[in-house]
Amino acid sequence: MKVELENLTKRWGNVVGADSMNLDVKDAEFVAFLGPSGCGKTTTLLMVAGIYKPTAGFIRFDGQVVNHVAPKDRNIGMVFQSYALYPHMNVFQNISYPLKLKKIPKDEMQKRAQRVADMMGIGHLMDRRPAQLSGGQQQRVALGRALVKEPQLLLFDEPLSNLDARLRLSMRSEIKRLQMGLGITSVYVTHDQVEAMTMADRVAVMKDGKLQAYSTPDELYDRPRTLFIAGFVGNPPMNFLEMEVVRENGDYHARREGFDVVIPSDRGEKAAGKGNVILGIRPEDITISDEGTPAEVFIVESLGRDDLINMHIGEASIHVLADPVLGLKMGQNVRLDFNTHKVQFFDPTTEKSLLWA
Amino acid sequence: MTTATFESGSQSGVKRFLGRTLPYVLLVLSISPIVLGYAWLIIATFSYRTEGLFPIDAAGNIGGWTLSNWSFLTDPAIWRVTLNSFVLAVGMVIGVGFVSSMAAYSLSRMNFAGRKGFLSLTLLLHAFPSVTLLIAIFFVLNFLSKIPAIGAWFGYNTLGGVALVMISLDLPLGIWLMKGFFDNLSWDMERAALIDGASRFRVWWEIIIPLIKPGLAALAIFNFLSGWSAFLIPFTFTVGSKVANLPVYMRQMISDTAPTNWNMIAAVGMFQLIPVLIFFIFTQEMLLSVYAGGSKGGT
Ligand SMILES: Nc1ncnc2c1ncn2[C@@H]1O[C@H](COP(=O)(O)OP(=O)(O)OP(=O)(O)O)[C@@H](O)[C@H]1O
Ligand SMILES: [Mg+2]
Repeated sequence: MKVELENLTKRWGNVVGADSMNLDVKDAEFVAFLGPSGCGKTTTLLMVAGIYKPTAGFIRFDGQVVNHVAPKDRNIGMVFQSYALYPHMNVFQNISYPLKLKKIPKDEMQKRAQRVADMMGIGHLMDRRPAQLSGGQQQRVALGRALVKEPQLLLFDEPLSNLDARLRLSMRSEIKRLQMGLGITSVYVTHDQVEAMTMADRVAVMKDGKLQAYSTPDELYDRPRTLFIAGFVGNPPMNFLEMEVVRENGDYHARREGFDVVIPSDRGEKAAGKGNVILGIRPEDITISDEGTPAEVFIVESLGRDDLINMHIGEASIHVLADPVLGLKMGQNVRLDFNTHKVQFFDPTTEKSLLWA
Repeated sequence: MTTATFESGSQSGVKRFLGRTLPYVLLVLSISPIVLGYAWLIIATFSYRTEGLFPIDAAGNIGGWTLSNWSFLTDPAIWRVTLNSFVLAVGMVIGVGFVSSMAAYSLSRMNFAGRKGFLSLTLLLHAFPSVTLLIAIFFVLNFLSKIPAIGAWFGYNTLGGVALVMISLDLPLGIWLMKGFFDNLSWDMERAALIDGASRFRVWWEIIIPLIKPGLAALAIFNFLSGWSAFLIPFTFTVGSKVANLPVYMRQMISDTAPTNWNMIAAVGMFQLIPVLIFFIFTQEMLLSVYAGGSKGGT
């Protein structure tokens, strides 16, 4: 099923939950809503579900406006962060509740609930109460309940945020596999960008109720259109340095105190002659080498596979990923090589990208 | 580990024994007046007279057991009065339960003008001792009496009127109690049920009500007991035995001109206690779970 949001807005008095959202989800597409806490992800999702009435704008399912269609008539399944299982019902009753409401005959209900439960790996827990299940099992029951009525649209509201890291990883691929296998259009809310980037076909980045960007994960990562997206997407976050780009002898130089790097002309020409610009570069695109920009090691944080190192270049401070075997120490002087094919440039006042306007 | 226990010697053994038994001794001592009181009550109902805890006969010797105190059971009036007590208690269970669970649900879930004010007002009203309202209520009931049709059921000197007054006085507490239970339920559960395909009413009936059962049960128990043993309101707003309940009936036995038969009053008191005891035996477990922190598993 295709979903379109047009100028979708939700306000409570002065509080803005969602502000003029425009977005479309293609049939069988997996879309993630990504944004910091309080940016309106849940609000938007609940409007799509029909729980919140939009203040303005339209929601369309397959071209039909559904603003006034009751949740029960929208044929959607939803998984909540809190799981929202019914504590007084056992697993079977939880999973089959949507079918019971649809007045599906008993034996078919039994069959379908069992099939979904087996698919989720909880078929042997049918007569347990939710309180007798682990968090991961509860999560599966919630997923089963959302899937059992074979909805045309699946909504997820941070479904994995209460699970431990390992379980989160396996559930992530499991949900993705299920969604692809069943081909159900899905909207997945999360504030975990790794989740959004790895699972979604397209990611909608939100901030303060507004849609900031809506594109594929690769595009968000490689071609961020605003300073916010560049800083928000990617972990550890992108470094930003204010500088000037000038053309000298046919080369483009990005310069500031203690820093002079030659930039490939395709990127350099868009930033040259604009006065002060913001250069963005990801920590993984900087390497420690024998020659290059001199820098001083300040703080070393171990991330396990890599060390995240805070360095000073003159007044400026940047983060760099380095191999722990280098054994860098505070106060040590090193030289940095910048992968200049990956640098970004932003206008400091409009905060828009100079490269991907 | 075992050596350490052996070495700890007899002195600490005595200490431990005292540590274990002392609390029990204190507890037994402190509840003994109540236990003795009930013991007297039971003995008194089966004897002519009592001296201390001992039943005595006319000559002053120990003995003199009798069933004559229970002769009130053959008086048709007692059954009418018992029925009145029962109707009042059940009326309160239904009236308070119904109104306060509906009111509390809307106060907990919906946003409307005056919600805050209403909540603080009900709390304030609950703080008023009902005695201070007796005269005002009398005027209200008198007014109700004059309304045709309604007056015959809910006016002054009717069981309906008494029930009405008692229900209204208990509503503030009921609403606050139930609101607490509703507030503890997550909204997500209701939303999930709506998305699963339930109507508003089914959500309420199949999801919400089962989850606040402990709250409803607690409310029902409190109201049954307060209706069953109500005295002040029925005594004030009824005359004669037609609409009296058990406590009022007992009071009437005392005000007779003849010398009071205390042993018979004890028997009536005993009689009033029996349903409550039976009730407690059956609801004990539920009551315990309610007192031990409200609804469990409402996450
Ligand atoms: N029922 C409501 N009444 C008033 N304001 C609300 C209501 N629901 C949400 N808001 C406000 O709308 C904004 C967006 O909230 P929302 O729950 O959509 O955030 P979110 O992106 O889901 O955040 P999180 O990641 O923390 O779940 C917040 O400022 C919030 O305070
Ligand atoms: Mg949220």
